[in-house]
Amino acid sequence: MSRGGLGMNEANSVEKIEIEVKNIVEKYNSNKSFLVPILQDVQSKLNYLPKEALDALSFHLSIPVSRIYEVATFYKAFSLEPRGRHQLSLCMGTACYVRGAALIESNIERVLGIKAGETTPDLEFSFETVNCLGACALGPILVVDGEYHGQMNVSKTNKLFKKLGKDVETDED
Amino acid sequence: MKIKSTEEFKALQTQISNSRDPEKPCITVCAGTGCIAYGADKLVDKFKAEIEEAGLQEKIDIRSTGCHGFCEQGPVVVIHPKKIFYRRVGLDDAAEVIQKTVLNGEVLDRLLYADPISGEKITYEDDVPFYKKQMRLVFGMNGNIDPTSLEDYLAIGGYGALAKALDGMKPEGVIEEVKKANLRGRGGGGFPAGWKWDSTRNAEGTPKYVICNADEGDPGAYMDRSLLEGNPHSVLEGMIIGAYAIGSNQGYIYVRNEYPLAVKNVSIAIEKGRDLGLLGDNILGSGFSFDITIIRGGGAFVCGESSALFASIEGRVGEPRAKYIHGTDKGLYDKPTNLNNVETWANVPLIINKGADWYQSIGTENSKGTKIFSLVGKINNTGLVEIPMGMTLREVIEDIGGGILKGRKFKAVQTGGPSGGCIPEEFLDMKIDFDELTEIGSMMGSGGMIVMDDRTCMVDVARYFLKFLEGESCGKCVPCREGVRRMREILDDICEGRGREGDVELLESMSQGVIDGALCALGSTASNPVMSTIKYFRNEYDAHIRDKKCPAGVCKELIRYTIDAEKCTGCRACARVCPAECISGEKKQPHVIDQERCVKCGSCLDTCKFDAVLVE
Amino acid sequence: MINLVIDDKKIQAEEGATILQAARNNGIEIPTLCYHDELTASGACRLCSVEIKKGKRTRIVTSCIYQVEEGLVVNTRSERVLNVRRLVLQLLMARCPGAELVREIAEKEGVEPQTRFHPDEDKGKCILCRKCVEVCEQVVGVSAIGFSYRGAEKMVGPPFMESSQTCIGCGACAYVCPTGHITMEERGDERIIWDRHFKMAKCTVCGKKFAPEDQLKYISETTGVSYDTLTTCVDCR
Repeated sequence: MSRGGLGMNEANSVEKIEIEVKNIVEKYNSNKSFLVPILQDVQSKLNYLPKEALDALSFHLSIPVSRIYEVATFYKAFSLEPRGRHQLSLCMGTACYVRGAALIESNIERVLGIKAGETTPDLEFSFETVNCLGACALGPILVVDGEYHGQMNVSKTNKLFKKLGKDVETDED
Repeated sequence: MKIKSTEEFKALQTQISNSRDPEKPCITVCAGTGCIAYGADKLVDKFKAEIEEAGLQEKIDIRSTGCHGFCEQGPVVVIHPKKIFYRRVGLDDAAEVIQKTVLNGEVLDRLLYADPISGEKITYEDDVPFYKKQMRLVFGMNGNIDPTSLEDYLAIGGYGALAKALDGMKPEGVIEEVKKANLRGRGGGGFPAGWKWDSTRNAEGTPKYVICNADEGDPGAYMDRSLLEGNPHSVLEGMIIGAYAIGSNQGYIYVRNEYPLAVKNVSIAIEKGRDLGLLGDNILGSGFSFDITIIRGGGAFVCGESSALFASIEGRVGEPRAKYIHGTDKGLYDKPTNLNNVETWANVPLIINKGADWYQSIGTENSKGTKIFSLVGKINNTGLVEIPMGMTLREVIEDIGGGILKGRKFKAVQTGGPSGGCIPEEFLDMKIDFDELTEIGSMMGSGGMIVMDDRTCMVDVARYFLKFLEGESCGKCVPCREGVRRMREILDDICEGRGREGDVELLESMSQGVIDGALCALGSTASNPVMSTIKYFRNEYDAHIRDKKCPAGVCKELIRYTIDAEKCTGCRACARVCPAECISGEKKQPHVIDQERCVKCGSCLDTCKFDAVLVE
Repeated sequence: MINLVIDDKKIQAEEGATILQAARNNGIEIPTLCYHDELTASGACRLCSVEIKKGKRTRIVTSCIYQVEEGLVVNTRSERVLNVRRLVLQLLMARCPGAELVREIAEKEGVEPQTRFHPDEDKGKCILCRKCVEVCEQVVGVSAIGFSYRGAEKMVGPPFMESSQTCIGCGACAYVCPTGHITMEERGDERIIWDRHFKMAKCTVCGKKFAPEDQLKYISETTGVSYDTLTTCVDCR
């Protein structure tokens, strides 16, 4: 699938992208220093950062596209690909790691058929590993669409997938 | 309504204190991110609803506070004034807590903390072993304030230090006091804050900037987040005092992107501070002006490094630069900049209020005051603890932490995050002190304290930290970008059964090159976890390399999952969840794992209710 | 003038000079990879590292950035320095096995490849010296190419690795690239670089195809000199 193509769906037409970007840049007084917060706000509005958004930002902020691309790819907060309907974030902080987070990671990769940092082709699930969320007493932690799930293990993860409509064997079967 | 003088301020503070009845019952509910994950915000709503239904709004206060520190036992509820300590409080308990405890003074046994050894129930917060040995000077105020209320902070004496500084102290005097107290940076570097302030004050160039580094990135450390969420005004007060001392009018708080509640509470605090005249022009009529902007990070651990942080604020990628010229001379926008950690700033009001002499009375010769640690990992009492410098590791892990999870054996404690090292049992009686920790090959770091047991593989731990740094390396310099990943590759080989004789020696020789060659501290400290685990756990490296075994039973390629025929009941729970479909057997007969097809996912171990799955 | 010692040799240097400049002006060789006289020193490759001593303290610093100081004692071949140099060269040889220049420097320094490092196959000859990006930004001024991602995944190229409309085809990046990773091809009346085909302008006097039309257009826009004036090649002016 072409990168530009997926940005051109109903939700993110070129016109919409242009308007959103212009508004956000104005909100920050076109101050180049605020590139990172501006990108965060743009991604909030558009679900991800389509190429057209980077081009629009380059125009409105008078910054070369290469620099915006550099920033957008450097920081973990940004995604240049559309993100899934469900966002799964697995904490890989040290405390969660020693409590077995790596096993959960491989299980999720296996169930979804994608690696951490990717989105399923049907755009249902995005999965990422994240740095310490700071809720170590509940580790291992899996955040699903903003909701924290603590004391996770492989079987609890599978039960969660079942609730989200993903076909997977659990020990309740 | 802005306050225009320190007299007006003192009057307001007195007025607020007097308006508070210390004997009035108050239900405080911990609502830090950890407890919210346990449902604390719903609990607060439930309490509010119950109080309203019973028409008791005038009689009972309910306060949503920041983190109390005892995260393992959340949701935590403390009933003032007696400070009755309830843990694991559920929505169904709310009504009874109000009726029985608040109105009738009756204590609910089932919600009390029980001493794990004696079984004795403990009623009051200060008697709970977790809290007893702590010295919660900085963090302890969390339980008494609603972080979104400036009045709560004023009621406990907040901004009194600022008034004192603006009123009777010259900027140089403030710096002298902080120097005398020997406040060392709490972010990891341990650099004397007073000296840094001095350098910035004396540097050439304006404007000068004051920055709070809240890019807390060490995995397993969340003290700064809880401070910002729970007592943002203490950090602001410290920054305003610092800015006054240094001669800066513009400050920044650089917060990790992944801390939305911290961003929210600090924003509210700044707004309320501005409204009252504690931030902005002519603060308390002193002629000194200062304001603070919040900047969110983009998700890069390296931005905790000062020059990378400056670059990030300037809208660039977080690539550090050579520090031959200090940030105090040329920092943000090439101007003199003073950067300090969240906890460092939060210590400042205490020092100004109570004096350097008092501060010097706490701690060791070269490490004064207290330090907040996140005590996590294979420990019973997971949470945030604040202790005086000089307390031993053993006291923290055993007396405060309550010992190892599931009664297993202590193996090591990791401090200093990815820049630190693993400390084995033989050092448990060492004093927690900046220099002592560095001497044995670790460091204080930001305060992460990860406890590990006999089921933690130290080689795997070294690999974990290298993998972490590999993903966070900015990629600018060769030793870090290339060196760290090559070291990680060698560790992968060792953990996966491809280790070779000579690998340890190669790691050691590479590490010196990385320490000397790397451009910034991320790279130059990257080899600490590897070096400290080689130093103290060489036998594990040898077992992996020579015997192709993982003594801790962790490294997948070197272990096997088997089923104990004596314990297996043949319930088939494991077989059903096995993704490789490699468990076979007759119903109600002991089952067997086919080693050829087993993928070592651990699902069977998780699922078995009879402890019949073994790892060897 | 500042007085310092480099490799036991007493040296004088202007204030503001770097150790590298002072060394080179006095016939002392320090190997470099990412350094360029016309570009801001980035200190990225670490190859020019030296050991300095100030009072009692010794430190490893990059000579391309560290400015001379009165009484500084510099050692360009101490054990620590040679260790860093060896590591850097070994790491770069493993990253870019096809980069001749790195091998040449390694041979000169007596450094053998580290066989325990599995050679990369996907990095081409790019050692991330940063010169291409710097020249495009600092000298040419269009920033058509830049960095992306971070760590070992860091790369250089046009945004999205797709042909860039900002590029003027001047070839400065290819010229300054020390390993030949950036390729520029002249074919017929076209120049091909970074996946884009540039029509070459012909000199109105001698007929030689000497620069891309886009480059001349850019120069015309930024300097105000008319395009027609620019279509005379340097030799014919």
